[in-house]
Amino acid sequence: MRTLRIAGPIALLLVLAAFPQVFRSPEITGIAVLTLLYATAATSWNIFSGYTGYIALGHAAFFGVGSYAIAIMCSDWHVPGGYLPFLLLPLAGLAAAVVSVPLGWISLRTRRHTFIVITIAIFFIMQLLAFNLRGITHGSAGMELPIPAAWGGAFFNIPFYYATLAMLLTALAVSWWIRNSKYGLGLLAIRDDEDRALGLGVDTGPAKLAAFVISAFFVGMVGAMHAYFLESIFPAFAFDPLFDVAIALMSFLGGLGTLAGPILGALILEPTQQFFTLQFSQNGVYLIIYGLLFLVIILLLPEGILPTLRRTWSRDRASRSAAPVEALEANGGGGAKPRGAPRKKKKGMAQP
Amino acid sequence: MKLIIEAVITGILSGGVYALMASGLTLTFGVMEIINIAQGAMVILSAYLSYVLETTYHVDLFAGLLITIPLMFFFGVAIEIVLIRPLKKDRTMMSILVTFAIALIIEGMLSAAFGTTYVQMHAWYVDATFRIAGFYLAYIYVFGFALSAVLLAVLYWLLYRTKFGFGLRASMQDRTAAQLIGIDVERISALTFGVGVALAAAGGMAYGATNAFNPASHLDLISRLLVIIILAGMGSLPGALVASLGMLVIEDVTSVVWSPLWANTVFFVLLVIVLLIRPQGLFGRAQGRRQ
Repeated sequence: MRTLRIAGPIALLLVLAAFPQVFRSPEITGIAVLTLLYATAATSWNIFSGYTGYIALGHAAFFGVGSYAIAIMCSDWHVPGGYLPFLLLPLAGLAAAVVSVPLGWISLRTRRHTFIVITIAIFFIMQLLAFNLRGITHGSAGMELPIPAAWGGAFFNIPFYYATLAMLLTALAVSWWIRNSKYGLGLLAIRDDEDRALGLGVDTGPAKLAAFVISAFFVGMVGAMHAYFLESIFPAFAFDPLFDVAIALMSFLGGLGTLAGPILGALILEPTQQFFTLQFSQNGVYLIIYGLLFLVIILLLPEGILPTLRRTWSRDRASRSAAPVEALEANGGGGAKPRGAPRKKKKGMAQP
Repeated sequence: MKLIIEAVITGILSGGVYALMASGLTLTFGVMEIINIAQGAMVILSAYLSYVLETTYHVDLFAGLLITIPLMFFFGVAIEIVLIRPLKKDRTMMSILVTFAIALIIEGMLSAAFGTTYVQMHAWYVDATFRIAGFYLAYIYVFGFALSAVLLAVLYWLLYRTKFGFGLRASMQDRTAAQLIGIDVERISALTFGVGVALAAAGGMAYGATNAFNPASHLDLISRLLVIIILAGMGSLPGALVASLGMLVIEDVTSVVWSPLWANTVFFVLLVIVLLIRPQGLFGRAQGRRQ
């Protein structure tokens, strides 16, 4: 088990690093870049929504802020195309993080469904602003980013691929660190029972806001990278409601609140979606397929792939070796399971 | 000044139509604790149904409602039974995702069938105008408002004078207790969802007659409807009425006084301010700890 847990990620990393060397076709590497971008976005969305249980459906707002931030920086500072704009990515992420502070503060005053709805509303406000603040965003005319002219042909996607991979690893490291820190434990406690967490001394307000801002930072970087990759942005694409749904769906498919779940979800869904979009882009067919896929996943696998697998696996192991305690401890991601058990008991007691 | 009066009048008249759509949404939330993101898509779907009935079969828009309302009602009941009822864990969150998926599927089907060009409905009362307080107004605004008023009155009667209404309000107050005194909450839920969608059908006709629309219009619509029901306090019917009228009046007045570009934004800003003071919305009950 331990060797598998160490060898698995290393093997995956090697595969990801070698991928563009093996598949050189620009179509395939292009899809690979988008897949890694979505994997990063889903991982960072999961830092907030997966760990705290607050489902945010407005992170496309931060994606858009990041996109516009890098476009504006590039045009104002006359940054040439090439490797230089990659250095601006953290700044774009920072812009998204700054924007996310007041937005998070307002929306986190509410809970559960009201929170979800408010994040959706905030997303639409930001989209409206992108259309209307013509002085900054040029409205629906959109903005151009510098073109890295030196990267011709099949090489074009390669720098983007490795830069995105680095970004994904950073987000994953942060996610891992939070998952295993005392701070992360507080976030999980908020997910399980916020009032009780507050009672036990978790500073819930700042904890939630910090997670919100961290995830907005990475989503902003993803937006900036996406904008640079496509070389132009328009309000409707920078602020795209499908992005919200996509990253939520990826996390749900892989396993909400697990470390690797969002990445697994992105690796499965994004290539599928790209394929369908390329096949049936002319009319709404890809929307129908995407929606159906979405429904099937939620109705058949409401817990996600990883938790389902883990449960079957640990049940299997427990029945064979009769060591359920160790099995529970071993499922690192499923730390919520033992914590979930007393919660049910409490539910029963709350209704005398 | 004349312009402002005009804006207030059109705001109130079109606000009535929004009240119809928003009350369906807030009713479903109140009873079932689910948020129907597909409500906007249902409105647009019904608008297209009315449009098809009118253009191909020459059925009058209002007469067409006799077909579309029952049709959408059964569509809603079917969706509740097949897709919403199986959700057991985390109903609210899951319902948002499921209904978002339904909205995408409806949008995809509509754009496959009709393309993405904007369409506009025509009837004599859509094109003809009359003079009121010194400006011209299309008859459809008044007719749409009257339709909304009638349907809301019917809804009120349904909620407060029928056995179904008693059961519905009981389930709204406490789902478990309602179950315990022998109310078939599952049946009530299915019917409520159907009623919510049927209200969207009526709203869809009135919306389609006053606005040009395309399959993607539902995103704009649902964002407004969501804002209305949060501002009102989720699950509050009178709140939904007040907030709909208020929102449309503010929007129309802003577009006259300032600029149409910012009309939406003002309302969103208002929402943020209200939430800073009253996180539960204007008419909402403060949410205590519920287990």
